[in-house]
Amino acid sequence: MRTENRPLSPHLQIYRPQLTSVLSIMHRLTGIFLAVGTLVLVWWLFSIALGPQYYDDFNWFISSIVGRLLLFAWTFSFTFHLANGIRHMCWDAGWGLDLSKAYKTGWLTLIISIVLTLVIWIVGYSLIGGV
Amino acid sequence: MNLQSPLGKARGLGAAKSGTNHWWMQRLTAIGLIPLSIWFIIEILLAVGNDYNGAKEFIRNPFTAIFLILFIVLTFHHAQLGLQVVVEDYVKRKPFEIGLLILIKGAAILLSLTALFAVLSIAFGGA
Repeated sequence: MRTENRPLSPHLQIYRPQLTSVLSIMHRLTGIFLAVGTLVLVWWLFSIALGPQYYDDFNWFISSIVGRLLLFAWTFSFTFHLANGIRHMCWDAGWGLDLSKAYKTGWLTLIISIVLTLVIWIVGYSLIGGV
Repeated sequence: MNLQSPLGKARGLGAAKSGTNHWWMQRLTAIGLIPLSIWFIIEILLAVGNDYNGAKEFIRNPFTAIFLILFIVLTFHHAQLGLQVVVEDYVKRKPFEIGLLILIKGAAILLSLTALFAVLSIAFGGA
């Protein structure tokens, strides 16, 4: 059997973007981005285990503009992947598969993840008393 | 017409030889990560701005340490299962696919062990 010309998953360049397909690929992209984010989680924990000067290095990076922008992107990736993951599990249970529900839950997922991201950052900044 | 042998049917593993295990583990870890990741975000918010001793004390709390360990294990398991599917879907050439899968699984093991070692050494560290 020939294996070279087997079909691959839908080509992003060829498919016309729709909310459903955009959210689907966002689920993968945020998942990949969150997996990269585990590097920072490991760095944070390991720097505390190594000692104060290593923790200071980590703190310098994470509180820099680049660090904060990355954290913001990771926060949105997390809230989106969480909300859309719950949407996926509803589908697994057989609920919400028809087109109108898929669109409604899609918009809901997007709104919830944006609102949650903003709430997390507002709470975070108010806890440390300002930017 | 059923082409499956009676033994194959009883085992229920199909052509991939692992049945629904991958799919099921991805869902189980996802279910576990719903409360754990929400807890993690709240903990991180409370830990923001800690100095070194504050951060150390924070992780030394037994509940924080235990839930962090659980969070780390489920996160890396879930991540490598998810990345595996992406690689299987989009990497066309078999040698690259196998190489990337080995890299992903190896990195997940190395990183999760590093994180677990760090949490335990902070939790059990003296003074």
